[in-house]
Amino acid sequence: MLFLNLIRSTTFRVAMVYLGVFSGSAFLVLIWIYWSTAGFMARQTDETLNAEITGLAEQYRQRQINGLLPIVANRSERRDGSIYIVMTPTGRRLAGNLSSWPATSEVEPGALFDFKYDAVTPEGTQTHNARGRFFVLEGGFLLLVGRDVQERLETQNRIISSLYWGLGLTIVIGLIGAIVISRNMVARIDAFNRTSRDIMGGDLSRRVPLSGTGDEMDQLGQNLNAMLDKIERLMVGMREVTDNIAHDLRSPLNRIRSRVEVTLMKENEGDAYREALQETVREADELLSTFNALLAIARAEAGAARETMKEISISSVVRDTAELYEPVAEEKGQTFEVDIDELPPIWGNREMVAQAVANLIDNAIKYSPEGGAISVSLKPGLKGALEGRDSIRLTVKDTGPGIPAADRDRVRNRFVRLELSRSKPGSGLGLSLVSAVAQLHDARLTFSDNEPENQVPGLRVTMIFPAYDSKTA
Amino acid sequence: MRILVIEDDLDAAAYVVKGLRESGHLVDHAPDGEAGLNNALGGSYDVLVVDRMLPHMDGLTVIETLREQGDVTPILILSALAEVDDRVKGLKAGGDDYLTKPFAFSELLARIEALVRRQNPGQVQTRLNVDDLEVDLLARTVTRDGKTIDLQPREFLLLEYLMKHAGQVVTRTMLLENVWEYHFDPQTNVIDVHISRLRAKIDKNFDRPLLHTIRGAGYSLRAVS
Repeated sequence: MLFLNLIRSTTFRVAMVYLGVFSGSAFLVLIWIYWSTAGFMARQTDETLNAEITGLAEQYRQRQINGLLPIVANRSERRDGSIYIVMTPTGRRLAGNLSSWPATSEVEPGALFDFKYDAVTPEGTQTHNARGRFFVLEGGFLLLVGRDVQERLETQNRIISSLYWGLGLTIVIGLIGAIVISRNMVARIDAFNRTSRDIMGGDLSRRVPLSGTGDEMDQLGQNLNAMLDKIERLMVGMREVTDNIAHDLRSPLNRIRSRVEVTLMKENEGDAYREALQETVREADELLSTFNALLAIARAEAGAARETMKEISISSVVRDTAELYEPVAEEKGQTFEVDIDELPPIWGNREMVAQAVANLIDNAIKYSPEGGAISVSLKPGLKGALEGRDSIRLTVKDTGPGIPAADRDRVRNRFVRLELSRSKPGSGLGLSLVSAVAQLHDARLTFSDNEPENQVPGLRVTMIFPAYDSKTA
Repeated sequence: MRILVIEDDLDAAAYVVKGLRESGHLVDHAPDGEAGLNNALGGSYDVLVVDRMLPHMDGLTVIETLREQGDVTPILILSALAEVDDRVKGLKAGGDDYLTKPFAFSELLARIEALVRRQNPGQVQTRLNVDDLEVDLLARTVTRDGKTIDLQPREFLLLEYLMKHAGQVVTRTMLLENVWEYHFDPQTNVIDVHISRLRAKIDKNFDRPLLHTIRGAGYSLRAVS
């Protein structure tokens, strides 16, 4: 089964193709090596033969058979691997180191041919391979010139066998390599598969094992793990939201239900009925506005709202919204300071940015005491505040209780209400919407203390928006 | 006035029809797009209330068809789709106003009445009068009983809208949409604060109040005789 998986694996197939290509090229290289060694030796033999023949033919032309014989006899003495024999037309040996005419099948005079002969060596007489040429001289004399090629053939055989071995080893080692590499890959991918099956089975805490080498597989694993982390966070978040919705909506629904039930117990009391119905409408409206807030957050988070984004003037959005709330602050005897620079546009959804700004100002007014101070400012962001992009900084400050450092992440979640704010009306969705809108607009949202250095209490919210750049968009 | 409600949700339609009849209107109901279109082409209605999603023929098609036939009856679109984009689509198709479900009946009634009023503007008015309050839209001045009243630009827009709908109920949402051009729920009743500021300027030193709060619905600018 594992073996089947192995053969089916992409890595194995790739390794096999590579092995094929590699063996093919190794084969060509070996042919080249053969041609330039064994082939060279064979050609050298033939050249030596030809040179000898040319020399002897020269002698024969000048001095006829009587001149040729002493030379052949003389050369035969040298024992340098050359073979000679001169015969009369009747078959009698006249000279040479070959004891008799080699037994060959019919050979054309002048052509090269291979034959065997009995060579006299220090170890005794042995049958050796040789190669030569014979000629029919004038008067019917026969001349054979040859060379012992035994040693050359042996070398050639050794070369051929080592080439075969080389090719064989290449293929075997390549095959082993392919199996090892693909087994390794298959094992790692199997681990990925096992993990994803476990996760699909419901165990979201499982993670892909990493080898720690930092290679591509590790990077893939890291990315998968990061994705799983995000999914897990979303799942946990969703579960919390569902719990919260169930909890936060159950109480008002329950109130409505019991009020109606209690009212129905009374016999036809017009005023009580009317009062109960009015109260019911009011609570239904509250429920609806909670739902609307949830929907607005969901829309901002889904990112589908990106399609509705365009170039908007953040300055005028903030100015309009501040102006909408200014009388509310004054009503509460709060000072409301607005300092808005005329700044370049951002890429965004006017309605959503306005709602986020409205939520921030609304919170500031709601949580600052009577006579408190609220300030809304819009300034160019500091250089480098947003990784090399020009930015715009919105700051909303109040003199309310602030948010303890430990709760600053938590307040972004839905339905989170700090103990401090329990007494105030609110759904706990305001800052979640701000956070979702910030994310949608790639803005950075931070909560901090108002002015701790000057003993001014309160919350400071900053939202750093990237400025819209028509060149990059 | 005669109102045609085209709505496939029969329960919702029954409430709307009942509410409108109790407010003194003659109401017909059509349960789908085709029937609605036939009714609208046949009868002479003062206003149409059209649900966006309808069986047989969707609401936007009904509206487009009517407009192609040259019908200019004011149309209020009801829809569960709340995105600003959907609103724009509805108004582009030929709707005159767009109300997102769920809505308060008082909101629907106020918008229907505002629509019908808008239908008969007469000539373009540059001067609006309610009792002794006068707004000059060209000079951007406000006087009451001959005395000049200074208003902030937004207060002027707010008064202008109220004056144009004098005698009718105007809801907070209508004001937020038309004066501030926001379509979200601002939680705190910011509109009330703006109204009370405006009221302090136009009503405070005069005997007869003109800007009235209509409980559970909104505001109305009118001379009480």
